[in-house]
Amino acid sequence: MHGLVTVSYLAAIVLFILALGGLSHQETARRGNYYGILGMGMALLATIIGVVTRNHWILILGMVAGGVVGLGLARKVKMTQMPELVAILHSLVGLAAVLVGFAAFLDPDASAHFEGAEKTIHDVEIYLGILIGAVTLSGSVVAFGKLSGRVGGKPLMLPARHWLNLGLLVLALWFGRMFLAQAAEGGGTGPLVLMTVIALLFGIHMVMAIGGADMPVVVSMLNSYSGWAAAATGFMLSNDLLIVVGALVGSSGAILSYIMCRAMNRKFLAVIAGGFGGGSGKGAATGVAGEAVAVSAEETANLLAAAKEVMIVPGYGMAVAQAQHVVFELVKTLRDQGVKVRFGIHPVAGRMPGHMNVLLAEAKVPYDIVFEMDEINDDFPAVDVSVVIGANDIVNPSAQEDADSPIAGMPVLEVWKGRKTIVLKRSMATGYAGVDNPLFYKENTRMLFGDARESLEGVLKSLK
Amino acid sequence: MQVGIPKELHEGERRVASTPEVAQQLRALGFKVVVEAGAGAAANFSDEAYKEAGAEVGADAHAVWRSSDIILKVRAPEKHPELGIDEVELLDGKTTLISFIWPGQNKALMDAMAARGATVLAMDSVPRISRAQKLDALSSMANIAGYRAVVEAAQHFGRFFAGQITAAGKIPPATVLVIGAGVAGLSAIGVARSMGAIVRAFDTRPEVQEQVESMDAEFLLLEFEEEGGGEGGYAKVMSDEFIKAEMALFARQAMEVDIIITTALIPGKPAPELITEPMVKTMRDGSVVVDLAAEQGGNCALTEAGKVVRKHGVTVIGYTDLPSRLPTQSSQLYGTNLRHLLTELCPNKDGTIDVNMDDEVIRGATVIKNGEITWPPPAPKLTAAPAQAEAPEPPPVKAVEPRREKASAKALILPFLLGGLALFGMGLVAPPSFMAHFTVFVLACFVGYMVIWNVTPALHTPLMSVTNAISSIIIIGALLHVSSGNGWIQFLAGIAILVTSVNIAGGFAVTHRMLEMFRK
Repeated sequence: MHGLVTVSYLAAIVLFILALGGLSHQETARRGNYYGILGMGMALLATIIGVVTRNHWILILGMVAGGVVGLGLARKVKMTQMPELVAILHSLVGLAAVLVGFAAFLDPDASAHFEGAEKTIHDVEIYLGILIGAVTLSGSVVAFGKLSGRVGGKPLMLPARHWLNLGLLVLALWFGRMFLAQAAEGGGTGPLVLMTVIALLFGIHMVMAIGGADMPVVVSMLNSYSGWAAAATGFMLSNDLLIVVGALVGSSGAILSYIMCRAMNRKFLAVIAGGFGGGSGKGAATGVAGEAVAVSAEETANLLAAAKEVMIVPGYGMAVAQAQHVVFELVKTLRDQGVKVRFGIHPVAGRMPGHMNVLLAEAKVPYDIVFEMDEINDDFPAVDVSVVIGANDIVNPSAQEDADSPIAGMPVLEVWKGRKTIVLKRSMATGYAGVDNPLFYKENTRMLFGDARESLEGVLKSLK
Repeated sequence: MQVGIPKELHEGERRVASTPEVAQQLRALGFKVVVEAGAGAAANFSDEAYKEAGAEVGADAHAVWRSSDIILKVRAPEKHPELGIDEVELLDGKTTLISFIWPGQNKALMDAMAARGATVLAMDSVPRISRAQKLDALSSMANIAGYRAVVEAAQHFGRFFAGQITAAGKIPPATVLVIGAGVAGLSAIGVARSMGAIVRAFDTRPEVQEQVESMDAEFLLLEFEEEGGGEGGYAKVMSDEFIKAEMALFARQAMEVDIIITTALIPGKPAPELITEPMVKTMRDGSVVVDLAAEQGGNCALTEAGKVVRKHGVTVIGYTDLPSRLPTQSSQLYGTNLRHLLTELCPNKDGTIDVNMDDEVIRGATVIKNGEITWPPPAPKLTAAPAQAEAPEPPPVKAVEPRREKASAKALILPFLLGGLALFGMGLVAPPSFMAHFTVFVLACFVGYMVIWNVTPALHTPLMSVTNAISSIIIIGALLHVSSGNGWIQFLAGIAILVTSVNIAGGFAVTHRMLEMFRK
């Protein structure tokens, strides 16, 4: 029986790796998801048949209730709310890690056969599993609050926050020592619970201090943590399946965080230390000269109709205005009129990795006209009209032109190299980085003020 | 307030200061619009069309001038003895006149209008700043003149512009030289190029080279260092040596090209003579010179303003009314320029104008305010300063890259060393069962690293939701404990099963939903 379970776990591991591998292309992505479901099904079945001996009612009740809730969430969620959903799901993984950690701690059978160094290692694993789980839990809940607007997007700047974090870390280590000493004699509940509270506080404080623009990093970082929590639980239970999956997810999240940081030219530690992206920054390093020129929807339509090459650069504003469907209609109309339309996506556009791609896919924009920044950035000189929809920092020329700018060195979409740029924006306000954008004052830039969706509907109407 | 649009008096002038479309837009600003009967006829706008646009049609010039508060015109006011109209006489203290004035050249007219106590805005005095581009009538007219110059040249040129290989033989393409790459010059370049000619262009301002080349024309370079850009984007008078080098270049070109279009103007000065009579003599028979500077004395020595003359086998076109020869187009653009100016003057859209002398654009355009001459205006400030802003472009990028490279080479050694030591230390103390799991963990991290880098960025969101679903494999931890006899453990495991089930079902389902959307 034990051999069968192990073999099933091995099969599940292979299927999970295939699932992630499938995501390398749109064509194979759906198959990948099925592999994932299959792997999960096999692992569950093997465990339920091979390990669970009684209390099946709890299991069935939990799985059915949870499954129904999960499916309901998945069906109802709007694509613009994906970051929130992902964040809240991360918190559940964290919660589960904490619960399983406590269960393992309370279960006398689980650690009965450990002795000496093995016992210590097991205790350390429990402690770490709960610690990471708790940070993931509270951090994700706060991230969910920020993304859904229930908590303000501005970073919370407590005085001496770095010292506060360090203090919490030292405290966690201190309780860890205490826990190990007490656990060796069969106790340790007190330090474990106190540490959990500290970890929860740490998670809250960490995410509270991070500004709205850094949310893509936070979301992928929490994704990574949820993986490490699973891996720590795997060590605790001596279960290779959990270790492997945890490591896969952990490294996936870590790579995403790295990609996001690179796309903003920021150091990971600087993001985690927080404080950026609340508009507090040194602000406009250069007083930008010139005046922005406004256009009407009708003039925009004329410009678009006369163009041969159009590049659309969407940002978070498109998600806020729910404008992706109008964008698609516009693209369809232009393509029918023989205009070549492409999309340029910056890696950190939106509030989580790949956010814009999902929104455009939802609106049925064919993915072969959606390009990454590196693929199309050299094409801008040949573009007749670039349309920037609710994006700001990712098209800010001062990242390249102004060495003193807070976003200097960040890779940006070079829309200003095109013949004409139309920027759809609510007002002249600065982006999340709090940096003024000289793009708006360039001679070939026109501003179309107003809600992105209403503006585009106007453009579409005059185009037809 | 009432806006009046009289018929133009100038001989041969076909333009009108407002089209029916503009009249309608003016009404939207709150103005009442009166058009003199037949004012738009030469530009193909009938009185009926104006009426349809909501304008009234006034019987004669007197009626329109007397009843209107604002007069929109193309040409500066003049006398027409046969019709008995003297437009200056029709001006009075309450009238605001907006038209081309050329205050520098028309001193007497300025004094006469000032004596009438009127307010006059000159479309030719609108400052050349970014904000005022939409009311820059000089650019609008120059654009049309450039277009028409090529059309006139084509009419008098005996050959095709584009080269062709036909059954009857090979036809070489025409070669066009455009001197002065301002708005008119660039427009002429574009039209001549689109007709298939080979186009060369010359300008004293080296910064326009890029614009010329963007229109697919060849920019002729002088091997001479002198900056030709003057204030407000216009050219300035050049030094003697420069002019000598320039003339040598033109002399060479005259022998090679078929058509020369000259657009060289220096504000407030007579046009420079660039094409001398000997140069014209060296041109091939049947060649054409179009002189867009004819009104200011001409760039060609043989130009006769307003006429087409044929000398030494070369047709020299000196029309001074090129925009008027495209009356529908130029009326429409000029009318739109006027409408933009009125929008500036009437910020509240209530049909009344406010000549706000604190506004840079309005200040520049106003040449007479309530009978007081306010020309010339103080020098305009240049707004956008792109030259300065773009200069420091490369340093930040360059500065970041090498530092990172160097650091990575050095920085790699330390982590490897530390990692090796840590592993060694762990191997000394950790029990073998732990090391087995640890091996699996490290290998899995590497597999994850390899697999994830291959994921296309477009699928990063599905990646997150699917990793989220599979990280709920932690449910197995809960399943291992659910069979425990301890009620607390059962409870904890039960909750863990519940929340991870939410995650498994939700994660996979939402991933599936998203992936279904990605369609080619």
